[in-house]
Amino acid sequence: MSVDLTLIIAIGVLVACGTTLVLERSLTRILVGFVLLGNGVNLFFIVASGPPGAAPIVRDNGERMADPLPQAMALTAIVITLGVTAFGLALAYRTWQLEGHDDVQDDVEDALVIRRAERDDLSASFDEVDESLPEEEGADLPAVDDEVTDENAETADDEPHNDGAPDAGGTR
Amino acid sequence: MNHLASQLVLVPVIVPLLGAGLCLAFGRSARAQRIISIVALALVVAAAAALLWRADQFGPQSVNVGGWPADIGISLVADRLSALLLVVSTIVTFSVLLYSFGQGIVEFGRDTPLSVFHPTFLVLSAGVSAAFLSADLFNLFVGFEILLAASYVLITLGGTEARVRAGTIYVVVSLISSVLFLISIAAVYAATGTVNLAALPERIAALPEPLQLVLQLMLLLTFSIKAAIFPLSAWLPDSYPTAPAPVTAVFAGLLTKVGIYAIIRVQTIVFPDQPLRTLLLTVAILTMVVGILGAVAQSDIKRLLSFTLVSHIGYMLFGIALASEAGYAGAIFYVIHHITVQTALFLVAGLIEYRTGTTQLDRLGGLARAAPVLAVLFFVPAMNLAGIPPFSGFLGKLALIQAGTEAGDWLAYAGVGASLAVSLLTLYAVAKTWNRAFWQPRDEDIEHDTPKTGALHPGQATMTDDKVLRLPRGMALPTLALVAFSVTLTLAAGPLIGVSQRAAAELQERTPYIEAVLGDAE
Repeated sequence: MSVDLTLIIAIGVLVACGTTLVLERSLTRILVGFVLLGNGVNLFFIVASGPPGAAPIVRDNGERMADPLPQAMALTAIVITLGVTAFGLALAYRTWQLEGHDDVQDDVEDALVIRRAERDDLSASFDEVDESLPEEEGADLPAVDDEVTDENAETADDEPHNDGAPDAGGTR
Repeated sequence: MNHLASQLVLVPVIVPLLGAGLCLAFGRSARAQRIISIVALALVVAAAAALLWRADQFGPQSVNVGGWPADIGISLVADRLSALLLVVSTIVTFSVLLYSFGQGIVEFGRDTPLSVFHPTFLVLSAGVSAAFLSADLFNLFVGFEILLAASYVLITLGGTEARVRAGTIYVVVSLISSVLFLISIAAVYAATGTVNLAALPERIAALPEPLQLVLQLMLLLTFSIKAAIFPLSAWLPDSYPTAPAPVTAVFAGLLTKVGIYAIIRVQTIVFPDQPLRTLLLTVAILTMVVGILGAVAQSDIKRLLSFTLVSHIGYMLFGIALASEAGYAGAIFYVIHHITVQTALFLVAGLIEYRTGTTQLDRLGGLARAAPVLAVLFFVPAMNLAGIPPFSGFLGKLALIQAGTEAGDWLAYAGVGASLAVSLLTLYAVAKTWNRAFWQPRDEDIEHDTPKTGALHPGQATMTDDKVLRLPRGMALPTLALVAFSVTLTLAAGPLIGVSQRAAAELQERTPYIEAVLGDAE
């Protein structure tokens, strides 16, 4: 199958630029990258439809005609890309409204786990029962208890995530 | 007559979409929206059940939408696998819908100025059905996109800071996987000239082997992101827990399973000759082990459950990787079991959050005495997930382990060993949750030395005081129903495993599916 080299180069450039942009932190750039990637893929569909130069879909008059199926697919893909990009932009705007920037954040809980690991701390839900086995009620040692509570307070302060979570299903 | 009955295949896709449109039209009335949603999903449940019966009795049911022949137009097919998953997923969706009525906040209120929950939820259901039923790769992509677009809206519902943050990660990962899927489809089309799942096997087999391998790996990569299989699973525990409880529940139950379904479908029908056994088995074992180790380290119920979700995806992949009839049958049964149980657990987590205002394990305690019903509701699916006999989790794991030992090579035995170890660790993780949240008295209770009834103590100045409410019946009953359904899976395990085995046999035989799709073309 003969392929148009221009198209291949165009796809290469689009996908390369798109990939670079998607690796950025800012959501807007990621979206631009996604649009570039999407366009690269759409061109790929055109390449997949066969050699260039054929007439568009016409009545059967013996002439070779372009395969309409990949075009239909590319069209569907364009529509989907459009919709999703619109949603993504709304999301970026909302992030900017809330935080003043649209950078994709690291996972808060992951950061918490890392911090705990650096301090060589125990998991927050670790039971330290051994030393007070006889009395079930006093299962938590006060010292451990304080530490845990402190950490929670700290978490609640600098990470809005924990404030938001109870709202998820808790309030009416 | 036969032709008319097979039109049922259209119902699970079209009715929810129509319902979504109607819901938007009646956006001002919560009552109208509820009625429309219930009626639409009830119709879908009925249609799915009828489809399963017909697919089991008469073979795959297929429709070429708009009368276009299958290799040009859109065809929808329900064979045993599709119909079975459709039935379970719609039943689960239905109970989550009822649960969301009970919760109330997802419809009107501070969280959602616009009442988008119902329309979006219906669109999600339509997307899941479309993905299960579609008979070509591109339509599968469209099904995925429908459900993803709906899920973007649902995961960022209300647009709070935490949800937007988690939603962004989810959206970006999904975008990348969609682009990969499109590239794979274009590559498949360029190589074979078709994307129809029934026409592909013949043409793929004619391709040179390295090219086949590339196409297969691309498709598997795409589906692995959607199914959250180990190296590609990091997005899931990060993004699921912040969404509202019903949303997390339905995502956890359904979305990853659609990815698993796509893997089963592609592996059985398009690439039956090269199961990539070593690769898939290794990845399955890693998914199980890494997922559950993540779960053990968590101190929040929702995050812990998200990690067990990743881990148990490994079980399904283990069955698929074995590529034997027993393996597929075990995987299918496990998917059914896991959809139900995981959704039930997330609904219970939502109830815990409603009752106490938090799902952090170190802030919970004494729930077994304060809310005995809740304790039972948690205990049953938790033990089910860990695979305690006689629950369906045990039967599913047993089926997979039998399939593994049947295969008999060392990697399969490694998989068997991993599933046993992971089962034990799952038990540890849920037992930890049970001990912290339900059995152990709350820290505040110890300090104030108050009786641990939990409900409404004036002297007990904690953040949860104003939120300590009785469980609303509207939330508890659907959860109860779903837990009961998961127990029914145990009681009905005989017939269910029978259907799973017939479905697996049908998958391996391949001809019924291919004939059902292409036969109508003539």
